[in-house]
Amino acid sequence: MRQSYDVIIVGAGIIGASCAAECAASGLSVLVLDKGPIGGGVTGTCMGHIVILDDSEAQFALTRYSQRLWNELATKLPEQAEYVRCGTIWVAADQEEMQEVHRKYKSYTENGLEAEILDNKALLKAEPHLAADLAGGLLVKQDSVIYPPAAAYYLLKQSHKNGAVVRSASEVKAILPEGAVGFSCGTIITGSVVINACGCQAPEFSKMAPIKKRKGHLAITERRDGFLNHQIIELGYLKSAHAAAGDSVAFNIQPRKTGQMLVGSSRQNDSDDPSVQHHILSKMIKRAFKYMPDLRDVQVTRTWTGFRPATDDKLPLIGPDGDSGKIWIAAGHEGLGITCALGTAKLLCDMIMNRPSEIDTKPYCPSRFAKGNTEDV
Amino acid sequence: MNEKLLEFDIAIVGAGPASIAAACAASENGKTVVMLETSPWFGGQLWRSEFPRAKTRQAIKWFTHLSETSAKAFLNTTVIDAPAENTLLAETSDGNLRVKYDKLILATGTREIFLPFPGWTLPNVYGAGAMQALAKADWPVEGKRIAVAGSGPLLFAVAANLRIRGATIVLTAEQTDLMSFLKFGMKLPLLAPSKILQAIKYQSRLIGVTYKTSCWPVEAYGSEQLESVMFTNGKRNWKVDCDYLACAFGLTANLELPRLLGCKINHDAVFVDDFQQTSLKGVYCAGELTGIGGIDSALTEGQIAGLAAAGKMKQAKKLRRTRRRYNKFEKAMAKGFALRRELLKLADDETIICRCEDVTAGQLREFDDWKSAKLQTRCGMGPCQGRICGCAVKEMFGWENLSIRPPVYPAKMKNLE
Repeated sequence: MRQSYDVIIVGAGIIGASCAAECAASGLSVLVLDKGPIGGGVTGTCMGHIVILDDSEAQFALTRYSQRLWNELATKLPEQAEYVRCGTIWVAADQEEMQEVHRKYKSYTENGLEAEILDNKALLKAEPHLAADLAGGLLVKQDSVIYPPAAAYYLLKQSHKNGAVVRSASEVKAILPEGAVGFSCGTIITGSVVINACGCQAPEFSKMAPIKKRKGHLAITERRDGFLNHQIIELGYLKSAHAAAGDSVAFNIQPRKTGQMLVGSSRQNDSDDPSVQHHILSKMIKRAFKYMPDLRDVQVTRTWTGFRPATDDKLPLIGPDGDSGKIWIAAGHEGLGITCALGTAKLLCDMIMNRPSEIDTKPYCPSRFAKGNTEDV
Repeated sequence: MNEKLLEFDIAIVGAGPASIAAACAASENGKTVVMLETSPWFGGQLWRSEFPRAKTRQAIKWFTHLSETSAKAFLNTTVIDAPAENTLLAETSDGNLRVKYDKLILATGTREIFLPFPGWTLPNVYGAGAMQALAKADWPVEGKRIAVAGSGPLLFAVAANLRIRGATIVLTAEQTDLMSFLKFGMKLPLLAPSKILQAIKYQSRLIGVTYKTSCWPVEAYGSEQLESVMFTNGKRNWKVDCDYLACAFGLTANLELPRLLGCKINHDAVFVDDFQQTSLKGVYCAGELTGIGGIDSALTEGQIAGLAAAGKMKQAKKLRRTRRRYNKFEKAMAKGFALRRELLKLADDETIICRCEDVTAGQLREFDDWKSAKLQTRCGMGPCQGRICGCAVKEMFGWENLSIRPPVYPAKMKNLE
């Protein structure tokens, strides 16, 4: 193996894989390293939605840009990636939440997205198993779901076709300031630049990455073809997602290509324990029954947990780590890592290669968290 | 929802011989006992046909004994999670059940090992134990040509039982070699004399049936369903026409629940001390979970666990010598019927390994580790949660699924609430 690369990427999750595909396609020599298997971190435990969110302008810009890139890639994805453009229905429980439906509709359609307001009747027609007393919802048509580990695997295969070297089960001990990585055996591999794409583990290599773990629980059901047509998210999801402290749950369900359904979601800020906690699972399931009572008799095959890499301002870290231009970071996407992966990779590769970007990269710049800069956020 | 919370001194998971012996011992010593059993019958796999009316002396003795105690039992009740300390959550036919306990005894028994070979997923290829259970439940086998193949003493019992029900056993193929088989046989008088009588009984029913050692199936053929099986002795292959193939390559313990609870496990058996206590205080294991040893071993271990859980250490101690003899029998059996390496190479690239998710051997061979294989192919992630393919994957690739998450068995969402 050669001992020098243009780009060394640490982390073979969806972010590292996307960066590898983009850098290799741009003609750079690439090495990808991961201590575990491909997609073995949060990529292997998350839901896998490609969804547009408009919490902030910057979030909207990145999710929209990245979703467009996924749409362009969709036809090339292998069957195993299980890409389905099922659309998302944001469900409003009451009239107050219907106002949010109207606001979201206006914001999405003004920006050229396809959306449709559903009243109670239309909502139940679209999803007959939803509770009868829900006020309505917003159907966002271009959202999709995907099986993330297979997508990461495909992206790395693509990068390999363009010359990238991918090494799983290779634990990096340190990212060195001169743009190199060190292993515990003493070996050092040098690169022109190193990208830290380690998700929750990114802070181990970069003190500038204020990433916190947010635990989530998920359940997957038996195969029930036709039970569910769209991804459904309660509008209260945003409240849950925003809760800075404590544990919260919100209803979120996805139809998978296999006919199974993936049911979420929970958020816990202060847990390092990967085990399934019954009281959280129970709370999450109760929430699901409120929106979709018929789920009670659907069988659950398995439950598990994962950790989202979260930042305080809900935006990822994409850009230089420090001033040397040698170390870069792409991490901290919380629940939007799959959605934002392709966009993140493009933006980062643009910056590394000094190319102009399609969207403004400033809001995602890691330096916003540097001391003295926090007021700008 | 029909949710109940019950409290007992001792909870026993399973209702097979080990569980029955444990329940009797514990409840005779003044403890309140509950048994939780997935199936609709008492007696586990071994005494399956003894319920509701026992026929053999041993079963009659223990069923009577159990009925004279105050032990309570819930059949059709599957333990799916341990949601809190000293608590089990179980799914019943009409809701769920929460059981609080002081001491827990696990005796969840075994299942058969399947090793994939081309054609093993054809209709009319059955597990040996499953075929026997069907026949015992009066499923018609009369006049059918049946090949019995795999490994272990179970093959004798299956062949003998199918034959009395009128089936023609075209071949019984034991993969182990004659020497290992004889060495195992020679240990029987010392370690498990009762097995000899059983063996003689089966043998007498099998007169005229071809029993071959060093013989195993390599491929099953058929357009719609099974028509014939290619067998080999390692040197020569020959085809045998048959209507059914009853096949199992030994037994493996149902370790999911001990694993979920965090019991220490060594070489596919739960580690227990002299009193059947696991690495977790107050959690005991008995029967096949601690090593595949058959009914006598299960009954002894069940009694020890029941007595120990009830605090009767002195009485439990008395049974240790018997148990040690059975442990030797377990080791002799594992050695006598160790699987030959050739069996692990039977699957070709198109052979399905994971039946739930339709994953082939070729797909798995792309990967170096279990986590990658699982993530990329979904092998072992279907409804059976790797219970069937797990053994094959472990034997063929050395990959083991160690992460058990609730529910231990698929359960209705309302019962997880």
